[in-house]
Amino acid sequence: MFLLKLVVRNAFRHRLRTLLTVTGLAIAVLAFGLLRTVVDAWYAGAAAASSARLITRNAISLAFFLPASYESRIRAVEGVTRVARSTWFGGIYQEPKNFFPQFAVSPAYLDLYPEFIIPAEERAAWARDRKGALVGRQLAEQFGFKVGDVLPIKGSIYPGTWEFVVRGIFDGADSGTLTRHMLFHWDYLNETLRKKSPRRADFVGVFVVGIDQPDNAAAVSQRVDEVFRNSLAETLTETEQAFQLGFVAMSDQIIAAIRVVAYVVIVIILAVMANTMAMSARERTSEYATLKALGFGPGFLAALIFGESAALAAVGAAIGIAAGAPVAAFFKQAVGIFPIFEISSDTIALQVACAAVVALAAAVVPAVQAARVRIVEGLRSIA
Amino acid sequence: MLVEIRNLAKSYARGGQAVPVLSDITLDIESGDFIALMGPSGSGKTTLLNLIAGIDKPDAGSLRVAGVDIAALSEAELADWRAAHVGFIFQFYNLMPVLTAYENVELPLMLAPLSRAERRARVELVLSVVGLTDRMKHYPNELSGGQQQRVAIARAVVADPTIIVADEPTGDLDRVSAADILAMMQRLNRELGKTIIMVTHDANAAKAARSLVHLEKGELLVSP
Repeated sequence: MFLLKLVVRNAFRHRLRTLLTVTGLAIAVLAFGLLRTVVDAWYAGAAAASSARLITRNAISLAFFLPASYESRIRAVEGVTRVARSTWFGGIYQEPKNFFPQFAVSPAYLDLYPEFIIPAEERAAWARDRKGALVGRQLAEQFGFKVGDVLPIKGSIYPGTWEFVVRGIFDGADSGTLTRHMLFHWDYLNETLRKKSPRRADFVGVFVVGIDQPDNAAAVSQRVDEVFRNSLAETLTETEQAFQLGFVAMSDQIIAAIRVVAYVVIVIILAVMANTMAMSARERTSEYATLKALGFGPGFLAALIFGESAALAAVGAAIGIAAGAPVAAFFKQAVGIFPIFEISSDTIALQVACAAVVALAAAVVPAVQAARVRIVEGLRSIA
Repeated sequence: MLVEIRNLAKSYARGGQAVPVLSDITLDIESGDFIALMGPSGSGKTTLLNLIAGIDKPDAGSLRVAGVDIAALSEAELADWRAAHVGFIFQFYNLMPVLTAYENVELPLMLAPLSRAERRARVELVLSVVGLTDRMKHYPNELSGGQQQRVAIARAVVADPTIIVADEPTGDLDRVSAADILAMMQRLNRELGKTIIMVTHDANAAKAARSLVHLEKGELLVSP
């Protein structure tokens, strides 16, 4: 109790210094949590991908398309229940900063993605309108889109300005479902291409393949690819999760850099904290010498310093962790590209562990010095 | 004899060389004495006080306090011995700035097997002896120099030590406060029978003591 009283009073003795150190710690712990969460969010799309869906793409690269005629041959493969076409459109709404993903899809696409919830009448309205588009709830809220709005989209891959009419707004089945994109008819894209650029018509970016049993994913993938072996456009079929992870892998170095930066932040705050503790301990040399003269042992002095370091780290970490959820929610809203952006319990555990390591490491040298202080020399430091 | 010092020697290393501070000191101090160690700066009086208080160790000779050869004790044993037998009064008071006067006085008792109530009784008693009952909740920076030194005196006596060592206890005080502190130390010595060893270079302060010991260049000039 006495030790605790001394620890707390010492910790808050220099209020400005303590405030700055605690603020730095809180920001570092928060930044660490957010950076870790960015990495988690990067993988979240893959984690949320269905294992009952396969993606079939050109074996050479995503930049190469597949003939639309493959659809019926894929559908005939054993274990395949549904096939949908999906082509990345890559258009710009008004200006480049308004970028959002658009996919030209066949109607079966919605059957393969039951996590997109859309009212039946809106789906029917979309089906009736060749220029119709479905927009996700997050996208609609971001730009204020309503059913009936006409969206002029300037094509970057497919030249010209394309007009779409919003016929429905779909919601995500859960908070982890990304609804920040637009779907429109693949037929609309294809018919336009037939007129303007016939050589680009009748091709598909990827086929989304529904399978009967998730356990059969590997076998079905193999059978699909076998069908097109030695053809002009060989296919590569993989689970949607593996497909997503392929995108994540393209960002491997960025993710690794983010991970490193997260720990660099902790190392920097460790240096700041160590400096604070060293300054405090140096200023109190005569007090430590006095305590030793009165009979307090080196262990008591070390406990004083470790306790003070732990108190500062605990307050800083508590603030940083508490601020995590609201800041992550704001970040998710502001950035809008991550379907899931929540600080996980694993990350919170890591934040606590980092704060504990900072508290311990910052106190080691001052504690050893205080424990070893020679009474006569320590008393002389003010005399 | 409370303190028996025989052929005590101490030197410090400075610039790689051993500089003798005390040479062949032999001195006895009786229980209940109030002794003033005097001498010019660098004469070794503070070093001798530190050795008697067990916060420094001699290079040679023997030093027994209340029958205990303190030179032979380990660091941990010395810490326990100091806690039980020595009360300290420093020139600059050396109070903990984050503790109140009450808590500062209570400090030595935290190492004794006493209940909270027993500690409270002792602290309140000694604070009343030094006349600071009404200031017990004040922090050191809220007290004058003289009041801080009185708190330090209360801290020195609260555990009922065998000896009280005082290093220039009036060195940082004005004349009135210094006289007040010296009178208080005389009371401790005369009324409570406390053995006090005081280092001073102030002849007026030394008059408060019962006996004088002069040191010069590390050697004893006059022994009581």
